[in-house]
This record gives sequence, C-alpha cells and structure tokens, in this order.
Amino acid sequence: MIWADTIVQGVLLGGLYALFAAGLSLVFGIMRLVNLAHGDLIVMAAYLILVLVTLLGIDPFLAALISAPVLFGIGWLLQMHVLNRTLGPDILPPLLVTFGLSIVIQNALLEGFSADSQRLSVGALETASLALGPLNVGVMPLLTFLSAVLVIVGLNRLFYSTSLGRAFRATSDDAVTASLMGIRPQNIFATATGIAMVVVTIAALYLGTRANFDPTIGPARLIYAFEAVIIGGLGSLWGTLAGGIIIGVAQTLGAAINPEWQILAGHVAFVIVLLFRPRGLFPRAVD
Amino acid sequence: MALLQTDNLTAHYGDFQALFGVDIRLQEGETVAIIGANGAGKTTLMRSISGVLTNRADAIIFDNDRIGSAHAADIVKKGIAMVPEGRKLFPSLSVEENLLIGAHGRKVSGAWTLESVYEMFPVLKERRLNPGTALSGGQQQMVAIGRALMSNPRVLLCDEISLGLAPVIIKDIYAALPKIKETGTSIVVVEQDIGQALKVADRVYCMMEGRVTLEGAPSDLSRDAIHNAYFGAAA
Repeated sequence: MIWADTIVQGVLLGGLYALFAAGLSLVFGIMRLVNLAHGDLIVMAAYLILVLVTLLGIDPFLAALISAPVLFGIGWLLQMHVLNRTLGPDILPPLLVTFGLSIVIQNALLEGFSADSQRLSVGALETASLALGPLNVGVMPLLTFLSAVLVIVGLNRLFYSTSLGRAFRATSDDAVTASLMGIRPQNIFATATGIAMVVVTIAALYLGTRANFDPTIGPARLIYAFEAVIIGGLGSLWGTLAGGIIIGVAQTLGAAINPEWQILAGHVAFVIVLLFRPRGLFPRAVD
Repeated sequence: MALLQTDNLTAHYGDFQALFGVDIRLQEGETVAIIGANGAGKTTLMRSISGVLTNRADAIIFDNDRIGSAHAADIVKKGIAMVPEGRKLFPSLSVEENLLIGAHGRKVSGAWTLESVYEMFPVLKERRLNPGTALSGGQQQMVAIGRALMSNPRVLLCDEISLGLAPVIIKDIYAALPKIKETGTSIVVVEQDIGQALKVADRVYCMMEGRVTLEGAPSDLSRDAIHNAYFGAAA
C-alpha cells in the first residue's frame, strides 16, 4: 500500500511538472522557440500573485485570476517587441535573448524582493486531504493535478477546435503561406506567448502554495519542464502531461528508496526515456 | 483604370535583381496569363503582388489603392488571394481545415463556401478529414485552389498550378478556371505550359529575364512572336 501511495503522490506531483511544461510546450510547438526564461517567468508570476495577496489581502486563487490577464499582456508584449525579433533560421538568437532575460528577471526579483524565501498561503486547504479508498490524498496536490489536466484539455480544444488553433497550427507549419491566408504570424506568436503566460500563472499559483520559492529557483523549474516536454515528445500536449507524471513518479519512488535520490531519480528516468525513445513518447507526426 | 496593375515593378533577392520595371494590367473579370521559362520572374511577380515580397507602395495598385508595401495578410483582406507554387498545403490541417483557413483573413459572403468548393471538386468532400498532404498531387492542387477561393477574392493569383501534374489531371484543374471566372473573379495564371495558358487567357504577358517581352490577346499573337518572346530572338 505504501508503494501505491507513493505512485499516487508521484502522479499528482507530475501534474505540477506538467503545468511547468505546458507553456513551454505550447510556445515550442507553435514557433520552435525554446524559452530559457520560462522557469523565471513562473517565479515572476508567483511574486506577482504574492504582491496582490499581500497588498489587497485576497486569496491566492483570486490573485492568480487577476494576475492571468496581466501576465497575458506581458507575454504578448514580450513576444511582439523582443522575441519575434529573434526568430529566424538561426536558433541561437532566441536562446541567447531568453538566457539574458532569465538573468534580468532573477536580478530584478532579487532587487525587489531580496533572496528570502516566500510562500503563498491557502490556509486550511494546505493540510486538507481526501480519503480515496485506502489512500489519503492532499487536496492541493489533487487540485494541481486536475488543473494540469484541465489546462491540457483546454489547450487541446483551443488547438484543434477553434479557428485560432487552426491559425496556430498553420503558422507553425509555414508562416509565409499562413500570411497568404490573412494571418499575421507575429500576432499569432504574441497571442501564443500570452496564452502560455496564463498557463505560467496557474503553474506559479501551485508552485507558490506547494513549496517555498525565491528569485533563483526558476532554472531548476525550467529543467523539470524541459524534461517533461522532451519525454512527452516535442509539441505534444498530452505527451507533456505524461512526461510530467513520469518525472513525478520517478522522483517519489526514488525518494521512497532513499530521500537523497529524489531529484536524481527524475533525471535518470528522463535519460532512460531518451535512450529508448529519442523523439519522446508521443512525438507529433509532423515536425 | 485597371482593377490591378503594376507600375515599373522591380524586385531583388539580395544583390540579385529579379524584376526590371514590370508593367502589367488586369481588368475586372479578365483572365490574364503570364508565361515564361524558368527564372523569367513569374513567381517573383506573384510574390510581389501577394505581398510576400514588399515593394514601393505605388508599384502595385489594386482598385485605386496603393498596395505595394502592404503586408501579405492585408492584401488578402483587400481581396487578392494566391494559389502558391507547389500548393503549400498545411500538413497539420485536414483537407477541410485547409479550406476553412483560406477564409481566416477575409470573411465576406460570396459565391465560394465550403459547399460550393466541394461541389466543384467532389473528391475533396470524400476526403475532407484526411490530412491535406495525404492526397494526390492533383487533389492537393484542388485544395490549394479551393483554399484561395474561400476568401471570395476579387483577384485570384494562380502560380504554376499545372506543375508536376499528369496531363489528364491538368485538364481537370484547368476546367475549374472558367467556373471561377463566371463568379466574377479576375484571374492571373502563371504558366510554363503555353498551350494551357493560351486556352484560358483573355490576354497574355510573356516574360523573360525579369522583363515583359510580349503582350496581347492569344488570337493576336503568332507562334513565332511567342517563341521569340519566350526563348529570346536568337534562340
């Protein structure tokens, strides 16, 4: 039963990693942009939620709801005025610019909030649990996982059932031909980054309520996100959820054997998947 | 005043000049063919008109509007749609989605709807859920033409629509042009196949090395004049 509990906890933790990864997967899937500042953007969003909670005395969930459109706007402007200029046949400029952005965000957060650890408090929800048969499951981990599933379902519906999603996929296939359909690729890319930032807001909410955060933890979140995206298969959203779950389960199993092995076990799982399925578990048919 | 005209249009790829002062005219309801050998500048002319290559604002006039420097997306909105060379269907989209996205930038009511495109090319309705790129070359060309028509354009630019297709398929594809013309759409057809071009066109322009070398109605152009304009007088 301990093992079953460990695996369930791992699956729920995978939901958090999938949330870290979904925005990254979305942006990569549409514009082949690897955003090295993704983890720092999650931390920045967590601080924005924290500021709203502190200043207005509101619940973190409400603060996240208010933050989401603000971060959509920040993402839109960032893509339109900075990242779009880096896109082209050479993959180096976006990597360099987002790496620089990562350093800028970390240092700005250090200046503004110091290196002290922070946390978002959700009161009694933090310790609440549900009895699912013989297992006890934390309400917050369960909410995190359900949110991840909802985000993936929502993004999939957006992608495959709306005209905006059609435009996303067409622009991803061939931006020049897409412009012959009346699509402005630059606007599409900015909208995609805006939506990715809404997902980042949700990830930030659960990051901040689950554990302490400080301005420097972004790059580690980026690594988990990367691993989830790559295990799942580049550009596949359901694959990203599967990737997050695999890392989460590997980490909790590793920790159950020896607490020091938690992080290592996640990375080892990543390497094993990469050895046998170099394109990930569910690669998109067209890449 | 022509519906669409280019005025001393030039185009460059880096240091290489591909067009040298090209002037063409397209009247409302007319079908114009642009013929020429490989490298004559036909596709560059299409890319310029469709906004893929930008130019001086007054180098291209459409319905009294200077569109030479406009973005391709804005040109579609104004009513010029292109069937690009090589079809360029979107691999991630099904046949139906490829058609629907043709109307993304210009949603105006007109003769062309999903149903009327399926009526013209019934095979597409049978395969509407297949990925566009899973179709045969001729069927893909039908999708590319249908996709451009979905915006109910005033001008349809067709770039090498017979390229790489079997003669019997080319015949089917070209059979669609008179139907499109009947809806009032003006058409520019770029072709290397002179025979096909002369059959459908009201007027023909021949290009060579980035310049227009001959212009006229098919009935006014002699075989020798076309040969000289196409290959050069010394050929």
